Amino acid sequence: MGNKSRQYFYYALFALVGLAFLAQLFSIQVLDDRYKSLSKDNFLKKVIQFPPRGLIYDRYGNLMVYNDATYDLMVVPRQVKNLDTLEFCRLLKITVDDFNEKMEKCKENPYRSSVFEKQISARTYAGFQEHLFEFQGFFMEVRTDRRYKTSSAGHVLGSIGEVNTKIIENSNNYYRQGEYIGISGIERSYEELLRGTKGVKNVIVDVRNRTVGPYFEGAYDTQSVAGQSIYVTLDAALQAYGEALMNGKIGSVVAIEPATGEILALISTPDYDPNLLIGRERGKNFGKLMMDPLKPMFNRPLSAPYPPGSIFKAISSLIGQQEGVLTPETRYHCGGGYRVGSHTVKCSHGHPSPLDLRGALMHSCNPYFCYVFRSIVDQRKFSTFEESYTSWQKHLESFGIGVKLGIDLYGEAKGILKPADYFNRLYGKGSWKGSNIISMAIGQGELGVTPLQMANVMAIIANRGYYVTPHVLKYVDTIGKTGPKFEKHYTTVDSRFFPIVVEGMADVVRSGTARVAQIDSIEVCGKTGTSQNPHGKDHSIFFAFAPKDNPKIAIAVVVENSGFGSQWAAPIASLMIERYLFPEREQRRKYLEDRMLNTNLIDTVKQNEPLPH
Amino acid sequence: MNRYRTNEAFETGGLDWLTIFQYLFMVLFGWVAIYSAVYNPDNSSIFDLSQNYGRQMMFIAIGLVLGAAILIVDAKFYGAFAYGFYALAIFLCIAVIFIGAETKGAKSWFALGGFKFQPVELAKYATALTLAKYLSSYDVSFKDFKVKMISFGIILLPMALVLLQNDTGSALVFTAFFLVLYREGLPTWLLAGAFYLAFLFVVTLLVDEPLNVIYVLGGLAAVLLVVFRKNKQMLLAILAALVFSIVVIKSVDFFFNEVLQEHQRARINVLFGKGGDDYNVRQSKIAIGSGGIFGQGFLNGTQTRYDYVPEQATDFIYCTIGEEYGFFGSAGVVLMFVLLMIRIVIIAERQKNRFSRIYAYSVACILFVHFTVNIGMTIGLMPIIGIPLPFFSYGGSSLLGFTILLFTLLKLDANRVNEMQSLHD
Repeated sequence: MGNKSRQYFYYALFALVGLAFLAQLFSIQVLDDRYKSLSKDNFLKKVIQFPPRGLIYDRYGNLMVYNDATYDLMVVPRQVKNLDTLEFCRLLKITVDDFNEKMEKCKENPYRSSVFEKQISARTYAGFQEHLFEFQGFFMEVRTDRRYKTSSAGHVLGSIGEVNTKIIENSNNYYRQGEYIGISGIERSYEELLRGTKGVKNVIVDVRNRTVGPYFEGAYDTQSVAGQSIYVTLDAALQAYGEALMNGKIGSVVAIEPATGEILALISTPDYDPNLLIGRERGKNFGKLMMDPLKPMFNRPLSAPYPPGSIFKAISSLIGQQEGVLTPETRYHCGGGYRVGSHTVKCSHGHPSPLDLRGALMHSCNPYFCYVFRSIVDQRKFSTFEESYTSWQKHLESFGIGVKLGIDLYGEAKGILKPADYFNRLYGKGSWKGSNIISMAIGQGELGVTPLQMANVMAIIANRGYYVTPHVLKYVDTIGKTGPKFEKHYTTVDSRFFPIVVEGMADVVRSGTARVAQIDSIEVCGKTGTSQNPHGKDHSIFFAFAPKDNPKIAIAVVVENSGFGSQWAAPIASLMIERYLFPEREQRRKYLEDRMLNTNLIDTVKQNEPLPH
Repeated sequence: MNRYRTNEAFETGGLDWLTIFQYLFMVLFGWVAIYSAVYNPDNSSIFDLSQNYGRQMMFIAIGLVLGAAILIVDAKFYGAFAYGFYALAIFLCIAVIFIGAETKGAKSWFALGGFKFQPVELAKYATALTLAKYLSSYDVSFKDFKVKMISFGIILLPMALVLLQNDTGSALVFTAFFLVLYREGLPTWLLAGAFYLAFLFVVTLLVDEPLNVIYVLGGLAAVLLVVFRKNKQMLLAILAALVFSIVVIKSVDFFFNEVLQEHQRARINVLFGKGGDDYNVRQSKIAIGSGGIFGQGFLNGTQTRYDYVPEQATDFIYCTIGEEYGFFGSAGVVLMFVLLMIRIVIIAERQKNRFSRIYAYSVACILFVHFTVNIGMTIGLMPIIGIPLPFFSYGGSSLLGFTILLFTLLKLDANRVNEMQSLHD
């Protein structure tokens, strides 16, 4: 046969194909190591074990926030067979349209389990669970959700919510879609303590996402570690009492234990019940709260700056003494007003004149403090007024005014305290002085102090010269009863200048404008403030601490647009101080308490008006 | 003297034991692979007849009995009954279109109770025998145009019927016989033409704009025309080739876009990396790729165990081998096939009559097409075309079909000395 040599063509052909195959095998099996991990991606499923979130207790160990089991109904769409949709919807209490919509969404990942219905209530769960076996492809996953023992302290406790893409990115993918994170309050500040450590269970799944068994007998699994329970500095009873007193009023209360900086109560009204922000209704309620014209989600004590009013006189007294321009014996004439050009700062209080410092504080004499202010900011020892103003500004900052105090809660504002540059721009460099900013002397003008800063100033005076960074974390469960250390800050004013101011404030309650704040058997030091407000009626403000010696509580109360400080703020502060110091004492000022509890001032406030800034 | 006798003894001893050992090794390896592929811990005995591995063992046993029977029957039988087999095969291939069971869109199975049978297996065997018988007839010379046409007819008839059964993969196997004809004198230009055609096919489907291929070929032709400007015959040939190419490209393009069904288009697109659902290829490559050099080990292939690979006991059995035995195992299987096919060509060439030789070449080429398409598909070099890997894939029809094919060859080979004698008589 002439074609015998053609046999070599076949050898060559077979060998060629064989070689091509060997080359491809070598390439994918030996050279390319991606396939091993691709195979792992297929069969290895990391099941996250969620630890229970840490509990939150108040300063006395009363439980405030705890966990409750809720159930997510999960589905693997490809495993759904012979579903009785009507029965299913009836048991789950959803409509068939809902069902179709949800199912359509889940079908985007037919082999993976997706959440079909989130956070099913225990009651629905009980009815549904019995029939679950009839619904192939569906299963329940237990999750924990937050529950609140109290309907108060929403702003302090905060809430948890589902993470969004941005949070996931910022967390280096620690969080995954559908997980929860503290988004406000303590839940947010102490997220890392509360959340605990997630565990991972490695399981093998087959192509239909059915779990086949553990991976390497669980050798690579990690256990979840429960979140740490934390004790906050709040006095839950005081907080609730304060909220009740503030009921029907717009405003803030901040109470601090002066020696430690511990926040005893932090109230913002109108507020919201934290129980609204849990479970399935969370999104809906959140939206409603955000739309509320009274802004219940606005954390006033931390974020709303108010003109400080008369509290400023106490600070001026201290700075004046420190600067050597004021002594307790210094007297100024009142004359019913302090005139600067055409402008007059009036004194509304009828009182003897001239007064010394203690008397001026007691009577809150406006002209007196205008003189004090001028004597501070117009000092000769500074070559320019700008320098003098800046020195004054530094004093104020040491009192925590115009700066963030560093409280362990989000949303703290630094208030308003303008630098000299601001006035340079406003009046021109070198062409402004004390007379231009005389309103500041009585705590008006370019000043804004948050209720937290106000209470902190009270703590400073109570401590005679220093404050500890205000905070809400008392201690963490696992590290014994020693809490974290918070810094002690001394003001620029020597402690020897404080007693006279304390005496003046004691006089205010003893026989001055705030007699309504008197409490049996202890001496309360306070200062009323009636802060002028361009948007409406004056804000009623009262600051106090008690007892005078060895103070246990410093408090600031602001009731917006309600009038004189003695009218609303002082009684509320006084009632709260008494409740804190004598929790067992029977309330003898029932009439006062009832008036505070039952008066609704909100209706008198124009609802849509902007908050003061 | 001594050496000659040994050689003689080897040849007259009849059976090519090397091939038999290779056969046994491959079916047993296949059996173990099937065990891994469909391993069921509740019925973990490899002999459990309720499982595919147990049934494969049964098929292997039947295959061995059948093989022995083939070796016992007189060698003349196969030539004598070739046309009869062919007629039966054609009849069954037509019948199956009407009364066959439908699986995955193809009507290529007879289902009789629990027993299933695929007539295409018989058709392959019968076509091999018939082609061999016809071309080895006394007054037939492949040089005749008529003979060529009849040969093509013998091949194309069953191929067309299998296509009608919607079993594209099996139909493709019949192209093996054209490869056989090359040894019998099919002109080289025809084979080269066929390869060129295949090349045009691939290129047309690969590029986004087939028109560009025509421009390139046109440019190439222009250059050639200048080079061969003095050779009139060559000029004509070049022009004819160009026109032919353009027609092919245009019709492939038309065929692909207008005639092929969506799923077929998708398959081809996947092969050429043009997107689409490449789940099967991807999982198959992951399985083989994750085997690494030494493999994950017996029963440790996760792709296989947890069903990520489709059709893992049948068409994708090679994945299990790749995953569990790594490069060594899978390269070993490739080498085994190449050696077996070369061995069969060697056997073919030592035959003293045309019938045996043509038949042997048919066996080699059928194995070649199966081998190329099946392994090529699992490692991502071929489109997903569902045909089994000979001797390895699960299934009675396929295993017995290949067993009969191979043992008939062994019988003819064992008988070649007698053939000589009968010729001399």
